[in-house]
Amino acid sequence: MANETARLWKDGGFRPNPWQDWPEDGALEPLDPGTDALVPLERFVADPDVFLARKGRLGVRVAAGEDVAVLAEHLENIALIALEFPSFADGRNYSAARLLRERLGYDGEIRAVGDVLSDQIALMRRCGIDAFLVTHGPTRAALQGGRIPEVRHYYQPVSGPEIEIPAGSRPWARQPAA
Amino acid sequence: MYRYDEFDQAFVAERVTQFRDQVARRLAGELNEEQFKPLRLQNGVYLQLHAYMLRVAIPYGTLSAHQMRKLAHIARTYDKGYGHFTTRQNIQFNWPRLDDVPAILEELAEVEMHAIQTSGNCIRNVTADHFAGVAADEAADPRPYAEILRQWSSLHPEFLFLPRKFKIAVTGAAHDRAAIQFHDIGYEVKRNEAGELGFAVYIGGGQGRTPMVAKKIRDFLPEEDLLAYSEAILRVYNLHGRRDNKYKARIKILVFETGADVLKEEIEAEFTKIRASALRLPADEIRRIEAYFAPPAYAIALPGEAALAAARQADPGFDRWVASNVTGHRAAGHSIVTISLKPIGAPPGDATADQMDAVADIAARYSHDEIRVSHEQNLVLPHVATADLRSVFDALVTAGLATANAGLITDIIACPGLDYCALATARSIPVAQRISERFAETARQADIGDVKIKISGCINACGHHHAGHIGILGLEKKGEEVYQITLGGSGDETASIGDIVGRGFASDDIVDAVETIVDTYLERREGADESFLAAYRRLGATPFKKALYGAA
Ligand code: SF4
Repeated sequence: MANETARLWKDGGFRPNPWQDWPEDGALEPLDPGTDALVPLERFVADPDVFLARKGRLGVRVAAGEDVAVLAEHLENIALIALEFPSFADGRNYSAARLLRERLGYDGEIRAVGDVLSDQIALMRRCGIDAFLVTHGPTRAALQGGRIPEVRHYYQPVSGPEIEIPAGSRPWARQPAA
Repeated sequence: MYRYDEFDQAFVAERVTQFRDQVARRLAGELNEEQFKPLRLQNGVYLQLHAYMLRVAIPYGTLSAHQMRKLAHIARTYDKGYGHFTTRQNIQFNWPRLDDVPAILEELAEVEMHAIQTSGNCIRNVTADHFAGVAADEAADPRPYAEILRQWSSLHPEFLFLPRKFKIAVTGAAHDRAAIQFHDIGYEVKRNEAGELGFAVYIGGGQGRTPMVAKKIRDFLPEEDLLAYSEAILRVYNLHGRRDNKYKARIKILVFETGADVLKEEIEAEFTKIRASALRLPADEIRRIEAYFAPPAYAIALPGEAALAAARQADPGFDRWVASNVTGHRAAGHSIVTISLKPIGAPPGDATADQMDAVADIAARYSHDEIRVSHEQNLVLPHVATADLRSVFDALVTAGLATANAGLITDIIACPGLDYCALATARSIPVAQRISERFAETARQADIGDVKIKISGCINACGHHHAGHIGILGLEKKGEEVYQITLGGSGDETASIGDIVGRGFASDDIVDAVETIVDTYLERREGADESFLAAYRRLGATPFKKALYGAA
């Protein structure tokens, strides 16, 4: 069984998650300046300098429906973008992931948080998401056991983290490189 | 016809394995119904009133005799011996067991078929003109483009969790038999002044509770940009379509609330950014896929017209069938045959396993192995030599498939309604059966001519009543079924939404009301040449209202 506390799947394994959510305004205990802080997009955009000046690394949390293009000028200072999936049926942040990778050229970590299930992971990966915060027990077990069912022939050219190569003469068809 | 290569075959095989695992996890309780639902929907498994239903994709309505035999086999082995052809050119099996579905999908994959994305909030099976490739009035065969769209939309990782379902239709002819203006995207293949191929693009059409005719947002999109433009539309919709209310989630509402001009600008801006990418279609690749759809080698200069005329003269039954069910073909000496799945008094669109086998045999012998499914829930034999029409008719008579009513008043579209559908507010199939019995007499049908009756069992409008010349919507009022009539709808290139004519009719009175409407048309038309729709458009609703409800 997967470790109950380790929920962050990245680079083929469960990893510790050093990131802390930025506290609500007026919270009693502010984050230590050296902590890696995950800041809601709206909060960050309202006053970027406050967060850019901190010692710890900067992460931005994007709710479904928020426009990631507003992060464009700050991307090199952002180490993590967490895309929220409030329900597996809300597909907006699949588009956000592709825009970040393919249009804005972001190459830091893109993490899916929220309702992340094994059947969505392969799709998320193709859109450029490379880390997953998984709360669903069976999905954690499936990841741990290498049982993520996948269709490995693709009809869409995308540039996710895995290298995909053209397959045959159709320019839109792709296969994993390995 | 398109043939799978190794890549396509591997794709469907992997998909079957994936779904087998998902079903196992559902049965083991690892996935709850809510989590399983989008997965099964993306594989065509829908929960109906009494059981699971499996909807199998028939891309752009084209299938081979071999594939039809497989559908017959599935109906016989896993269902109750019949299947139901739908208004989206698919086939539904109404009684499969969930744990049989992976085996059914495996059998389908053997004949290059699948059930991918026939349900769910994703891009659905792409539909096309059922006379594609044989119609005399075509700029180009729309199916190669529909096939390219089918591939691109299959498990598109960005677009599997859209706000709502998304339907694309393609026609290659100016006379629209694919109802493209009632789709989320409608593509009309056309040539520009320089003779190059491309598309007129329509978005935001749809039926349901808020029927809307699509808006044209491009008069000419170059052929090579088909996928980039589709991706741009889908991305804008995925990001901005409403998700707070499922009845306002279709792209038609986004078009309506944002304004077609503003939305078009957003789409064009997105398109400009992705146009020069791997989505751009190389001409030689389009031509390669087009070659799959090349017409068969027709025998040349077949005699047949004289013999046909004699045979028609000799047999009035055959004559009537030819008049309604046979359409002109682009190749000399050939005809398009419509096989009506609307026998008088039977549920529209159903076919038994034996009938499917019979159609497969007839297609193999007389139609170069090819069959089409029309969105009017009929089957089509696209390549019949005119000299063979009599033999085809005889074979269809034997199979109980020779109903002579294609395009006539008893060629009714009806959704499953209260007999099958959990959402229904009224029955629709029994109403269709009773109307068809009332107008059964063939000479009368021929006299009435082209009238499309479409019936839905609730406001979701799966029976397309908004687009019916006569539309019937079944509602429930105080525990009684009540049927509301709309007039003047149309799904062709002159697309329009029917007008509500007045208060609804009880189940016992609805057939009389339809007859009153038809009689009014017959009295008021300018001649047998003036169709019901033309007469209604000239006369307006007033004479019909008067006939139905008395002087106002
Ligand atoms: S129109 Fe209503 S009753 Fe008919 S199939 Fe659709 S949802 Fe069911």
